[in-house]
Amino acid sequence: MSLEIVDSCVSCFACQPQCPSEAIYVGDTHLMINKKKCTECEGDFADSQCAAICPIEGAIVSGVTGLACNPPGSLTGIPPHKMEEAMQEMQAR
Amino acid sequence: MELNVLGQEESIEEGCSAGSCGSTDDQMSHLSDEIREKVHNHPCYSEEAHHYFARMHVAVAPACNIQCHYCNRKYDCSNESRPGVVSELLTPDQAVKKTMAVAANIPQMSVLGIAGPGDPLANPERTFDTFRQLSEKAPDIKLCVSTNGLALPESVDELAKHNIDHVTITINTVDPKIGAKIYPWVFWNNRRIKGEKGAKILIEQQQKGLQILADRGILVKVNSVMIPGVNDEHLAEVSKIVKAKGAFLHNVMPLIAEAEHGTFYGIMGQRGPSSKELQDLQDACAGDMNMMRHCRQCRADAVGLLGEDRGEEFTMDKIEVMDIDYNAAMEKRKVIHQAIAEELSIKQQENTEQAASFDKNYRPVLMAIATSGGGVINQHFGHAKEFLVYEASIDGARFIGHRKTDLYCGGGDTCGDGDSILDQTIRALEGCETVLCSKIGYEPWEMLEDAGIIPNGEHAMEAIEDAVMEVYKEMIAEGKLDEITSSHGEELLATA
Repeated sequence: MSLEIVDSCVSCFACQPQCPSEAIYVGDTHLMINKKKCTECEGDFADSQCAAICPIEGAIVSGVTGLACNPPGSLTGIPPHKMEEAMQEMQAR
Repeated sequence: MELNVLGQEESIEEGCSAGSCGSTDDQMSHLSDEIREKVHNHPCYSEEAHHYFARMHVAVAPACNIQCHYCNRKYDCSNESRPGVVSELLTPDQAVKKTMAVAANIPQMSVLGIAGPGDPLANPERTFDTFRQLSEKAPDIKLCVSTNGLALPESVDELAKHNIDHVTITINTVDPKIGAKIYPWVFWNNRRIKGEKGAKILIEQQQKGLQILADRGILVKVNSVMIPGVNDEHLAEVSKIVKAKGAFLHNVMPLIAEAEHGTFYGIMGQRGPSSKELQDLQDACAGDMNMMRHCRQCRADAVGLLGEDRGEEFTMDKIEVMDIDYNAAMEKRKVIHQAIAEELSIKQQENTEQAASFDKNYRPVLMAIATSGGGVINQHFGHAKEFLVYEASIDGARFIGHRKTDLYCGGGDTCGDGDSILDQTIRALEGCETVLCSKIGYEPWEMLEDAGIIPNGEHAMEAIEDAVMEVYKEMIAEGKLDEITSSHGEELLATA
């Protein structure tokens, strides 16, 4: 049982000091989670701390299911279809 | 929310009425001598000082404990100029090195701030390590910090310890219902808290922090982002409340929102305010509070005078190879700062003395100025990326704000695109009746005249306030200001 940080991480370091297991370290291109140390905060906090402070949707995923802890739209409030429309419009320019 | 605002009347009554003081630096005239002494060389707090003194931000604070709808945390972009954007994240040691190098190369530098790209107080170790080292190595540089306020109450002791006597808190609302439309979540007591509940916590912490700082004599400026339809009608009340709690300056800034920034407001099509809407709100708040109007909403790694960014000259790889005598640099700063202070005091004296006597009341006139700094008219119209707007009236020249524009004259390659950008520039100058610059080309001259804005290149290298008042007197002499109701400027303002 552990969480993973994927490459959409922007290396803001918000998660690192929150981790009760000191499982977060600086990787080559972004922060990483040491699978052996990560407990998903069980026994320490009700919510996984890294996922509770991370500002980037989809940057932290379950190591088991691969599902995003913070799915698209859940943090910024931007509906995913709105984001897509805006992206397409910008590319068309 | 209704709050009793004590002591407000007195502070407005003393000196001259808010907003139309004879002094060119009217925001300062309401301040006590003690505060004035603290801010006289701070470019972000003093309208006068910002022409002469430089500041820099070091980007040591990447983490944030809240989300704002005008911010996108994928902040790495070098082409954008707005708060929260940086190119190069620094460690505290690198930040100290950079600060020392900039302070040695730009002796006008008086202030070092930490403003992000996240929230400085959500990165206490990095932020305070930087402040601790700098207060030892460059004791003449003022240190300041800008925060969303969530972690402020618990940080005050540490701030006081490092001699930080200026704090800026961004307060966009005091109402959780409005807050929920600006802040989707806050991280608080190990939980992400969304909606009104989260906004309420943030608001309480901001107000608590403001109170503690004021009680301890640490200067507080409040920044507010004006978001039309969200908090625009509410900010005058915010202004009253923060003033009552002891903030000495309020800075209402326009929302910056473009789809390409990828922010909630940008994507959802939330518009920012027009120059006129912003100015009206600033005027409305000015009755209650010292308003700041010269803010340039700079990046979290900006370097140099306000309105310029010399960050490119001081990237870490360039700093590594600089050979610097730090003690000599500090001595040089002392001499330069002294000289600027003397120049400012002479100027203030002159302004008071030449306070013009007018035979009757004439309407005020807005004038746009092209300047690259130093308080003089020294920029070619086509080279101006922004114009300062001054209001001339019988009470003197008063700085109103700045209007950003794109360069229409970008050299050979961009020729041909020129016209549309020139059109935009002229639109940005709406409401102004004249534009003072060092020089101007024939084509823009004609277009400006057609738009009812008279170009004027006759005051190149003159002090802005002097030139503005001279042109105002010329307009009176020419009989242009006799008609009070049918002025061109007011018509334009009304339709802007």
